[in-house]
Amino acid sequence: MNSLTLLMFLPIIGSVAVAATPKAKETLTKQVALATTLIVAAATIAIAVGFERDNVDLQFVEKYSWIPSFGINFAVGIDGLALVLILMSTILAPIVVLAGWNEAHGGRWSVKVFYILILVLETMMIGVFAATDVFLFYVIFEAMLIPVYFLIGGYGSGERSAAAVKFLIYSLFGGLLMLASIIALYVMSGAQGGHTFDLAALSHLEMSSTTQNFLFLGFFIAFAIKAPLWPLHTWLPDAAQSATPGTSVLLLGVLDKVGTFGMIRYCLTLFPDASKTFTPMILVLAVISIVYGAFLAIGQRDLKRLIAFTSISHFGFITMGIFAMTSQGHSGATLYMFNHGFSTAALFLVGGWMISRRGSSTIADFGGLQRVTPVMAWSFFLAGMSSLALPGMSSFVSEFLVLVGTFTRYPVHSVIATFGIVLAALYILIPVQKALHGPTTPGNENLSDLNLREKIAIAPVIAIIIALGFYPSPLLKVINPASAHVIAQMGFTDPAPTNGDK
Amino acid sequence: MVFSAPVLNYTLLSPMLILLGGALIGVLVEAFMSKALRPITQLSVTLGSLVLALVQVWRIRNEQSMTAAMGSVVIDGPAVLLQASILIISIISVFLIADTEHFTALAASLPGSEEERHAMQTGSQVTEVYPLTLFAVAGMLLFPVSSDLITLFVALEMLSLPLYLMAGLSRRRRLASQESALKYFLLGAFSSAFFLFGAAFLYGYSASVTFAGIRESVVGGGGNDVFLLIGIAFLSVGLLFKVGAVPFHAWSPDVYQGSPTPVTAFMAAATKVAAFGAMLRIYYTSFANAQWSWTPMLTVIAIVTMLFGSLVAIAQRDVKRMLAYSSIAHAGFLLSGVIALNKAGLEASIFYLFAYGIATVGGFAIVTLVRDSAGEVTDLNRWKGLGKRSPWVAAAFAGFLLSFAGIPLTSGFIGKFSIFSAAYESGAKSIVIAGVLSSAIAAFFYIRVIVLMFFTDPVEDGTSVEIPSALTSITVIFSMVVTIALGVFPAPVLNFISDLATFIR
Repeated sequence: MNSLTLLMFLPIIGSVAVAATPKAKETLTKQVALATTLIVAAATIAIAVGFERDNVDLQFVEKYSWIPSFGINFAVGIDGLALVLILMSTILAPIVVLAGWNEAHGGRWSVKVFYILILVLETMMIGVFAATDVFLFYVIFEAMLIPVYFLIGGYGSGERSAAAVKFLIYSLFGGLLMLASIIALYVMSGAQGGHTFDLAALSHLEMSSTTQNFLFLGFFIAFAIKAPLWPLHTWLPDAAQSATPGTSVLLLGVLDKVGTFGMIRYCLTLFPDASKTFTPMILVLAVISIVYGAFLAIGQRDLKRLIAFTSISHFGFITMGIFAMTSQGHSGATLYMFNHGFSTAALFLVGGWMISRRGSSTIADFGGLQRVTPVMAWSFFLAGMSSLALPGMSSFVSEFLVLVGTFTRYPVHSVIATFGIVLAALYILIPVQKALHGPTTPGNENLSDLNLREKIAIAPVIAIIIALGFYPSPLLKVINPASAHVIAQMGFTDPAPTNGDK
Repeated sequence: MVFSAPVLNYTLLSPMLILLGGALIGVLVEAFMSKALRPITQLSVTLGSLVLALVQVWRIRNEQSMTAAMGSVVIDGPAVLLQASILIISIISVFLIADTEHFTALAASLPGSEEERHAMQTGSQVTEVYPLTLFAVAGMLLFPVSSDLITLFVALEMLSLPLYLMAGLSRRRRLASQESALKYFLLGAFSSAFFLFGAAFLYGYSASVTFAGIRESVVGGGGNDVFLLIGIAFLSVGLLFKVGAVPFHAWSPDVYQGSPTPVTAFMAAATKVAAFGAMLRIYYTSFANAQWSWTPMLTVIAIVTMLFGSLVAIAQRDVKRMLAYSSIAHAGFLLSGVIALNKAGLEASIFYLFAYGIATVGGFAIVTLVRDSAGEVTDLNRWKGLGKRSPWVAAAFAGFLLSFAGIPLTSGFIGKFSIFSAAYESGAKSIVIAGVLSSAIAAFFYIRVIVLMFFTDPVEDGTSVEIPSALTSITVIFSMVVTIALGVFPAPVLNFISDLATFIR
């Protein structure tokens, strides 16, 4: 079976098809792109169906020799964590294409280039989560910056090129630190039985604790920039503000997850001791991110920047869940990654429609949308509720799990983080009130409501958010064994049982 | 006294002999052929000899000999790899040199003189650039295969003297071009003097000028170590000058900028391969056992070179100067391969040299295409919006820049990874850290150029992109394909290098 490789290359094939469409027929280009992403989503679901939930080993494993002289393989395989994230990415992709049907028109280049970039990016999104060879992971991790860079700089708005450069420089810097660590791992593996980049083999390397700490930092800083964790987050608001809503969804929803995914998959697996050493520091950063992101979100006047800051707060929760080192915390963090993808998608997509209709992204310019455009307003409201983790929404389950999982070991952090939830109510309810309720602001009387295409795009997102809010167990059944496995590998046992959702 | 005739293995020397023969034919063509026929004849002779030499290198790829020319030349795996790299780089550079637009009509005429105007009107061309190129390439082939200090010095001069001349042949801004040639010549002469001084001390130390003899003395110990240290230090100055390492880099930005761009491409790429090839050989064979006396010095130079090149490149406003500083930074990266002093370091250096050389020629090929009515436009501000005017040319340049920056899926990344891991393996961790930091700094100015080309609107000032000639297109496309192929699927080339790359001593 080589289903994962096939899945990875489907979008590339689609991008060739997109490139072959005539330039004049933009609709055809979009249709081909949409069809490709739908096929990929269907294929991913097929893979998910074939996934054995209780098997904690990697599944769908494939391995081809790539650069034998360095011991580099094209090796892929998925566990529950990777599967959930791939599922999220491939489901979000068609939604982004459909929701941002006209996004590419304001760009520097043609519509075709936009969709080629999106599809190439989709291949890399699958690959980055599926890779089990550290070198392959690094290559994709760095290479995926390039399409995003061109998506922001070429199709964004406002200070798009500055934002794109900021994004790229931050990420490259982190990536290069990681490269130094990877080189060290490679050299050590050579000294201990042959050069390899195999994740499983590398996790058994013997190294001194000083070395381990340094190498851990190389990886962790790269992931903390990606995730983004305070104080390395400053690129995100600019990038999110300048990118098109669809690009922002992919950037915050999928790419930033590579950071938190990497913390689990690489930091914890490769450097268990160093992870424990740095846990107190990282938890403090996570709590700061939660509170800081929330406070700054409250102060934002720009809708897109507001969503970006809410994400910084949410990534704080995810990081806290990961480093709480309990299986609930881990399950919660993984579920949070999935849910955050969809709630951010909902916020950005609906927010993007509001902005493109109004021609402004300042929250104060909206007002009374409830009366003028009820469907759009309700969608935004639901997206907001999901972001503040209202019970009944999917993010509630994950936030709860993270807090419970953290509380059993780090009660103080957990309690402070809980204030993040209170602040979340503020940063969501203030824009909801300003934009949706009250008298209709002059200039908004003639805004049109969501059209059929937009309704079709947003419906599955909201459906997933609500369905998983009431019945998260299908996902948790995939996530729990994987999380328990990581925690067990780290040598932790859960403290006094405080059963969450099992 | 018995005279013993020298024994030469002509097969092993044939690549160099072919080039020298071609160069001599070129000189005769210059003297006897009519002006109209010269360009095409010279081009064919040059390309013909280069290709023939490359074929010859391929045929001797598995040979190993210390005695090809009475112990003065050594042919082994690294020699073959370096010679092949130099020849491939030279061939694609000659495609650029064939565009006469870049060269003055009459090199001997004073800039702005009546004579020059006349030469321009009659459409004469400096076809002497072809034999000069061949002489330089022959010197470059000899440089990394020399196995004694005298041959090494002869090769150094043989490759340098034609380059001094070629640097002064620019058609536009001839005074700047001649100034750069003079600067190159004077500083080059100084560095040659240092080189000879070092060679003399090494002779004093070991009573031998051959690499093997020096190696024996180093291994045996017992000589005067002060002589050895002075010898290594001064010889290194001569070599570091050629590769453009700090603090011996001062010539390179001016020469890169002043020379005709095809010559810059040739010089930047091929000279680096030759000079690093020679450096690798002498450090890996003769000085290997004295590594504690030179690795600290080279480590400091490598780190300073990387950081200096990357930092100063940020401030550049001229594309050729920017590439010059970028090449200084790359010299620093390459030095880490010399310091590594292990087989992985040798393989990585050879791969890096080839990958970097090809990308460099490709990059300068693009520079030759961006012009206005007065010739090439090298001011970066006028490259704004190039991506809009000619997306393919801009995309190719972006590709080369990404390779210089070491972004994955380009040859530059594989090169950087392999050379840094070799350095790390040898324990030179500080170099890896400095290398990673300067890569991050360097990424900044490469990306800035991409921003200029793609994310800025074009200014209407007469800058346009020339439709590339067939030969230039070949160079660009070939370089691009190699750059991507070596980034995505480097295994065959890495294996080939790994099979051959062992110095015989």
